[in-house]
Amino acid sequence: MTPFTYERATSPEAAIRAVAGTPGAKFIAGGTNLLDLMKFQIERPTHLVDVRGLPLATIEDTPDGGLRIGALVTNTALAAHPRVKRDYGVVSRAIVAGATGQLRNKASVGGNLLQRNRCPYFYNVHTPCNKRVPGSGCSAIGGASRSLAVVGTSEACIAQNPGDMAVALMVLDAAVETMNAAGNTRSIPLAEFFRLPGETPEIEFALEPGELITAVTLPPPPAGTHHYHKVRDRASYAFAIVSVAAVLDEDGTGRVAFGSVAPRPWRVAEAEAALPEGPAAVVASAFDGAKPTHENAFKIPLAERTLALVIAEGKG
Amino acid sequence: MLLPEWLLNRREFVAGAAASGALTTVPMVGPSPALAETAPTNAVRLDVNGEPHALTLDTRTTLLDTLREHLHLTGTKKGCDHGHCGACTVLVNGTRINACLSLAVMHDGDSVTTIEGLGTPDDMHEMQAAFVKHDGFQCGYCTPGQICSAVAVLAEVEQGVPSHVTGDLTAPMALSNIELRERMSGNICRCGAYSNIADAITEVAEARG
Ligand SMILES: Cc1cc2nc3c(=O)[nH]c(=O)nc-3n(C[C@H](O)[C@H](O)[C@H](O)COP(=O)(O)OP(=O)(O)OC[C@H]3O[C@@H](n4cnc5c(N)ncnc54)[C@H](O)[C@@H]3O)c2cc1C
Ligand code: SF4
Ligand code: FES
Ligand code: FES
Repeated sequence: MTPFTYERATSPEAAIRAVAGTPGAKFIAGGTNLLDLMKFQIERPTHLVDVRGLPLATIEDTPDGGLRIGALVTNTALAAHPRVKRDYGVVSRAIVAGATGQLRNKASVGGNLLQRNRCPYFYNVHTPCNKRVPGSGCSAIGGASRSLAVVGTSEACIAQNPGDMAVALMVLDAAVETMNAAGNTRSIPLAEFFRLPGETPEIEFALEPGELITAVTLPPPPAGTHHYHKVRDRASYAFAIVSVAAVLDEDGTGRVAFGSVAPRPWRVAEAEAALPEGPAAVVASAFDGAKPTHENAFKIPLAERTLALVIAEGKG
Repeated sequence: MLLPEWLLNRREFVAGAAASGALTTVPMVGPSPALAETAPTNAVRLDVNGEPHALTLDTRTTLLDTLREHLHLTGTKKGCDHGHCGACTVLVNGTRINACLSLAVMHDGDSVTTIEGLGTPDDMHEMQAAFVKHDGFQCGYCTPGQICSAVAVLAEVEQGVPSHVTGDLTAPMALSNIELRERMSGNICRCGAYSNIADAITEVAEARG
């Protein structure tokens, strides 16, 4: 790690001021992603603003019947919350499919959304990577790309978003509440929160410098059964190769998003509308225009089979 | 593949200096004076196994290095230093975390329990005793982390924390063999003592009812 100064924020406003006003400053919540990257010197903050003392760790019912989840709620606390287990099972299931008990106890909701990708070249500081060093090139194109994205990619970057929780939040139409340096708050639909790489793969999220995530909001729970199915190289404790989050209604309609196949959780309205026609139609539509590599083309048929399994599970 | 850049640079630097005959002017050990001057420190108060400690630490010091290198509590082990193996598992305010992925400064005012605090050879914690009885280890390197994790797993089940293999999320939770294996999956055992580890945890869970 390169040297840095450290402070504990006493209010959201002070935290934002400290990060927005100090070049090289970053928020730290659980630290499970940031410290890992700092140890590899992929991240080199000069100042850390610890936000864990802020009063953003509660889960509250909203007047419309939804839920407001503070950004500092731990992944464990969210997965174990009685209302989440009862009404938003897809969120509990997605969270406990990721990482380990130890990591989930430390990881926060905000930090989880902002976790960075797991491209092997992003982690190897001796190889070109446009995400890590803009303009240096992409080693994954033509390189080891088995785990990477097949759709939504660009000539500049083919990294996948590896997260589990965000895939579940995507099918629930979650929104991210933030506060910026001017003290303004806004609510960003999750579908707009993650940026596709285009020519600027180093810009991954729709956040301004110093903008703090304060909460994630969920609308009232949609009717139907909740599913999260994660396919990975080991039965436990591994990132997804493909995952499917779904809420399925009895009449065959529903909502579906795919994880680890694109630079963001991948939910396509037309594909979802094809659910009554079966998994092949959904996948054909969702992966229309996909540009898989020779190493990861298998993800598309795997997504179809995983969805078939989830649909069968939904029918009981 | 994952050699940190600074390490490589320093090696190259030292090798280059040796080749150019400039070695006598190069400090060979310790951080360069410039780095030592700029590395900020913070005061940290920790309660570890019931004892208060007041430390002044480089902000970069992990909780794991604090325990091992500064407090000389070497029971907690460093395996990967990146959250992958679980050897560094300790309890912070009763919750299990990986001490390698946390900074000591983030724990100012916290209570930490390590394997040394759970019990002693003469007065073992029930989980330690069960690991001994069931031979829940071979080399023992992963064991402190396994035991701290196991103690926390029982508490997490009581608190209704679901796992990846939990069936009905809202039903009362039980600690079946497959449940405890999933919940312990963040603790890797290179010796493969898993079945005996599972037997030890099961015995403690059943004794508690
Ligand atoms: C070994 C290992 C295995 C893992 N496996 C999985 C897996 O299978 N599935 C999965 O989904 N994830 C997995 N993860 C990733 C894990 O989920 C993330 O590390 C974790 O969720 C990050 O949360 P955090 O609070 O620790 O974030 P931090 O590390 O504290 O922060 C991450 C980033 O978010 C920023 N940030 C944090 N909070 C805020 C806020 N409120 N507002 C604005 N910015 C903020 C920080 O500045 C930083 O840039 C794994 C991690 C490890 C180490
Ligand atoms: S895929 Fe993206 S993250 Fe991976 S090497 Fe290419 S630019 Fe970097
Ligand atoms: S040393 Fe912390 S998880 Fe391996
Ligand atoms: S006993 Fe040797 S690593 Fe587990």
